[in-house]
Amino acid sequence: MRNLVIGGVLVGLVVLAAVLSFFWTPFDPVRVDAAHRLLGFGGSNLFGTDKFGRDLLSQIMVGARTTLYVGVVAVGIAAVIGTPLGILAGMSPRWLGEFVMRVNDLVLAFPALLLAIMFGAVFGADTLTAMVAIGIATIPSFARIARSGTLQVMSTEFVLAARAGGRSRLTIAVRHVLPNISGLLIVQASVSFAIAVLAEAALSFLGFGTRPPTPSWGRMLQESQELLTVQPRLALVPGIAIAVAVLGFNLLGDGLRDRLDPRLAARV
Amino acid sequence: MTAKVLRRVAIFVVSVLVASIVVFLFMAVLPGDPAQVALGVNATPELLAKTRAEFGIDRPLVTQYFDWIGGVLHGDFGRSYVTRDTIGPQLLDRLGVTLWLVGAGMLVALVIAIPAGTFAAVKHRKASGAGVSGLSQIGVAIPAFLAGIILVQIFAVQLRWLPSGGWTPPDQDAGEFLRGLILPALSLGLVQGAVLTRYVRSAVLDTLGQDYLRTARSKGLRPGQALVRHGLRNASVPVVTVLGLQLATLLIGAVVVERVFVLPGLGSMLLDAVSSRDLLTVQGIVLVLVVGVLLVNFVVDVLYTVLDPRLRGS
Amino acid sequence: MTLSVTGLRVSSLVRDVSFEIGAGARVGLIGESGSGKSLTALAIMGLLPDELHASGSVRLNGHELLGSSEKDLSRRRGDELAMVFQEPMTALNPAMRVGRQVTEPGRIHGRRRSAEELLDAVGLPGTARAYPHQLSGGQRQRVVLAMALANEPSLLICDEPTTALDVTVQAQILSLIKTSLPAESALLFITHDLAVVASVCERVLVMLDGEIVEAGSTREVLTSPKHEYTRKLLDASDLEARR
Repeated sequence: MRNLVIGGVLVGLVVLAAVLSFFWTPFDPVRVDAAHRLLGFGGSNLFGTDKFGRDLLSQIMVGARTTLYVGVVAVGIAAVIGTPLGILAGMSPRWLGEFVMRVNDLVLAFPALLLAIMFGAVFGADTLTAMVAIGIATIPSFARIARSGTLQVMSTEFVLAARAGGRSRLTIAVRHVLPNISGLLIVQASVSFAIAVLAEAALSFLGFGTRPPTPSWGRMLQESQELLTVQPRLALVPGIAIAVAVLGFNLLGDGLRDRLDPRLAARV
Repeated sequence: MTAKVLRRVAIFVVSVLVASIVVFLFMAVLPGDPAQVALGVNATPELLAKTRAEFGIDRPLVTQYFDWIGGVLHGDFGRSYVTRDTIGPQLLDRLGVTLWLVGAGMLVALVIAIPAGTFAAVKHRKASGAGVSGLSQIGVAIPAFLAGIILVQIFAVQLRWLPSGGWTPPDQDAGEFLRGLILPALSLGLVQGAVLTRYVRSAVLDTLGQDYLRTARSKGLRPGQALVRHGLRNASVPVVTVLGLQLATLLIGAVVVERVFVLPGLGSMLLDAVSSRDLLTVQGIVLVLVVGVLLVNFVVDVLYTVLDPRLRGS
Repeated sequence: MTLSVTGLRVSSLVRDVSFEIGAGARVGLIGESGSGKSLTALAIMGLLPDELHASGSVRLNGHELLGSSEKDLSRRRGDELAMVFQEPMTALNPAMRVGRQVTEPGRIHGRRRSAEELLDAVGLPGTARAYPHQLSGGQRQRVVLAMALANEPSLLICDEPTTALDVTVQAQILSLIKTSLPAESALLFITHDLAVVASVCERVLVMLDGEIVEAGSTREVLTSPKHEYTRKLLDASDLEARR
């Protein structure tokens, strides 16, 4: 329960920052202001400014948009493609299911970062390619969970009765399987979101993610490197933001898993 | 049991072949003409044609693929379109560096995770266990490169105990080699250690609740002895799974850490090749990385059957 | 040898239980699920789960076991005190060969009987190199019995050893227990089945809601029960013929 609350609060903070940024930020995050470079905490710039005079808090808030955007799209792609794939594999004859899982494993061999770099090489590196790449790399996790949940549901009495009654595969999938595995999928979504956030940060850090001047937490970290000795704050602020987001989604996933587990066991 | 192992070998080989085709096709899809890229805008059509022939890219795709993969199997990764150097030797060197980094990172992760996870499991009802568990949660949320940046700040810049980057080959100066390896290995290992700790905790917790541990104690083993003699092997199965998955993550994490510490590894070679549009090199490196991941998964699969006799299917 | 249990309490689940078992005695502890019989056994062995606490007195040959150090208790377990648990399918370590597991009590306490000898004695010749998953439930229970008897314990506690087994196998295991237990060893046999008690034990303790409501020789208790609950148990079982 505690996990759920803490996770929810942290995620809520990130979402709040992102949503708020559409209406208001303390300053314009991309506005260069040479006169106010490298200011510290406090004053009119709560988190200070960077080497170009840009306000850090504003950058964080707008950067939250990117983070959530990437997470939603990546997890969305993975869920929308991976779930039906997994359900199909779970409802098909054994050999077909096994085959799909083997293909799954193959996709798993291309880790998110690698895929994003490859995509970046071919299609040019920006937020879109990063999202799609991370999304594709996450499909196997969803497919696997969907399949394992489906296999469990398929052996319950409800489904056996439905099949005996001649219900079509599609009906069974939609009315019995989907609602029962939704819990598992939500937990997976939460965990995958956390991984997506980390991946996007790493990509932006390497220069393969969001292009300037759109603020991105990962790129803020990369830009902070040269002045690290004198201005550790420049790295700490985006670093903590990333950690908060990842921690939040992980705890949320854990909390959801704890809540849904006994219920799942009773239902399925 | 040999049948099972053979089956896995077959799957591995097929996976590698399919992966190589995927990687090849992916690079082949790339818009743009490598010859043009190499020669520049002012190249004459004749020169372009000659260069294309030299690169071998005027041939049908299928021929190119078989030529490439055939070469790779002999250790010949071709010549870079951009630098005209052979890719193979440099790839090997860089791979060595990355492997050292990954190996050291994994070692650090294990040294942290096994005791910490076991402690957190055994004391899971007490504050100390919960504390360790909480710490690992936070550790997971920190990207490896952030850990790297922080470590450099503390140990290289402030304390000046360790170098902030660079690489010395082990045969050149073992001391410097080790000193240069510590911070990067820690950056990778601390974060992976946090992830692994959670899995070790979960595996040990599961094992602690098992009946056969109670049987062991009823025979006269003390709780610690029972856990070590009976629990260890069983708890290691889920941990080995995760280790395998983690190795893949480590491999990729190394790419990022190499940037932070300016290490001449495979990761930086990849990134350089991508920015200079050096396709053949990218192709080769990606293949090596993917095969590496597949290999690790294969080894983990085989390790399973060794650790858990129930999976041997006799 | 004497086991004296006086005023044993375990949380609110076992309330003021007292009884005595002497050398060579065959005592049954009967009751339904939740009556506290398993907890009583675990309290004697010192194997209660961490959340539960036992108070009162459990003396083995005058030596107090409750509150004894883990070091002391582990020296007695597997040697003077041994236990066979209810669920054979999970009682053995799946990753270790049966032979090694069965010789473990011997190795811990310094006796040397070979795996073959121990397994032969329970009717499982040639299984030393097998893994538990290759054996049936009944066979696994025999292994557990072999481990418990390896060092000729003064007291053997069996907690519903046949409940999880097929009916045909049950009879085999029961008969095995009766024949392999040395005459000087005492037996505390926990079950919910009156018929089993009748066949194995000479004395019986009836347990209800954490307390012993009736005690006496098997014949007495089963032919002329004094407590309401014992009567109910008798009615519910099919021991008509015996009476």
